[in-house]
Amino acid sequence: MPIVHPSPTVLPLPATPGALLLAKDLHFSYPDGHPALRGINLQLNEGEKVALVGPNGAGKSTLMLHLNGILTGSGNLSVAGLPLTEKNLPLIRAAVGLVFQNPDDQLFSPTVFEDVAFGPLHMGLPEPEVYRRVEDALAAVRMSEYRNRLSHHLSVGEKKRIAIATVLSMSPRLLVLDEPSAGLDPRARRALIHLLHELPVTMLVSTHDLAMVRELFPRTVMMDGGQVVADGATADLLQNQALLEAHGLEMP
Amino acid sequence: MHSDAFDRYHFAESRLHRLDPRVKVSLTVAFILGNALLPDASWLALGLAWFLLLVANDQSRLGLWFTFRRSFLALPFALAALSAIFSPLGDPVFSFSVANITLTVTDFGLVRFAGILIRAWLSVQAAILLVAVTPFPDILHALEHLRMPRLLITIISFLYRYLFVLTDEVLRLLRARAARSAGMTGQKSGGGLFWRAQVAGNMAGQLFIRSYERSDRIYNAMLSRGYTGNLRTLHPHTMKPSDWRFLGLALFALLLTQLTGWIR
Repeated sequence: MPIVHPSPTVLPLPATPGALLLAKDLHFSYPDGHPALRGINLQLNEGEKVALVGPNGAGKSTLMLHLNGILTGSGNLSVAGLPLTEKNLPLIRAAVGLVFQNPDDQLFSPTVFEDVAFGPLHMGLPEPEVYRRVEDALAAVRMSEYRNRLSHHLSVGEKKRIAIATVLSMSPRLLVLDEPSAGLDPRARRALIHLLHELPVTMLVSTHDLAMVRELFPRTVMMDGGQVVADGATADLLQNQALLEAHGLEMP
Repeated sequence: MHSDAFDRYHFAESRLHRLDPRVKVSLTVAFILGNALLPDASWLALGLAWFLLLVANDQSRLGLWFTFRRSFLALPFALAALSAIFSPLGDPVFSFSVANITLTVTDFGLVRFAGILIRAWLSVQAAILLVAVTPFPDILHALEHLRMPRLLITIISFLYRYLFVLTDEVLRLLRARAARSAGMTGQKSGGGLFWRAQVAGNMAGQLFIRSYERSDRIYNAMLSRGYTGNLRTLHPHTMKPSDWRFLGLALFALLLTQLTGWIR
């Protein structure tokens, strides 16, 4: 009883004229009136690895939720040259892989395999392609042998790697990670740093782990109070004691 | 912190474990339905059904009495059928009165109660066996192939995934309460009943709010990966000839049970 499933149409991936991500004057307030973003300007180019730092409540997570249109405030945002509109949403969500801070929110399927296959399936890829992408993504995070494991039996470090695989399988142009090293033991953190170093994808990583920032990211964007307060070479920013202290950060 | 309390899958190498999940799910449903359809007092047929269950237990290599031992968990629910013994049909066996109300136990009622009890007990064992030999995701796939509505399957799959997360959440809350439930010598500790009820109520409220906010975050994670309202899954199962043979044989045995029950 082989079951034939119709293979849905394959969506083309967008081409990249100019900046991969361009945000102009983004404003956003939560329904309770609390303003989270107050005029964010940000440009990311293809191939860049950028850290997003700032104290708790600076608006980092809110900004990340804007990058693939989960939240929409006022202002302009375009990904790979496509303006963020209702029509472009599927393309933009395929292009921006968002990994949430808590892997238990990210891994919602019963097995690892199904979780990693979720993105490609919902992009409408044919089944053989889905299988190929799942294998590639799991291999990229070195978790191939975890294919058939149940998500709730994994350790936090393993869950985080799988969570990254769930968006890698969508072949994103931009990887957006929310505090990937939080809650990891030194070995798992080291493994994660290696992984992020190896991945040949443009990435924007929000973190409080400034030692990791210094090691991995040539460029740092600092946020506080819903605004970008500094944007430049990591080496310069992390040496500016006054700047770090003014925004609740500590020199690594 | 991990709670595996709800994982009922027991790994073993057996014919039953290898069987296509669709066969297992359909046969379990057929077995339960068959038991329910048997006429009252068909003891021979019920005995045959139990025998089939024991054979299945044996085939699963989990031990002949595997499901028997685990079935007592569901017995309290059988009490719901207790009222059947007072059925007005049939001849009275004995009667007694409680607070001016005379209750009469009838022979028909007793037979019916025994019938319900045995059927429920056999059905529970079949379900226990199904989840013991089939990984939960496979059961979901089987249900999907058997044309169960997608929405229901999605709900069950989320229920399963987050049961563990929620239990962990509850454990953390309980632990946090235990850690601060201190006492002093010479002082009565623990507070009054009302106060404790209030604490428990607050914890239930906390749990609800946390779950509610989590559902929001999960939905965001799904949207981020292209979810538009239709859940899609892959289908790795195909029926082998041996699966068909097992299905045929088992259905024949179930049919035989029915015939034993109806022909006297």
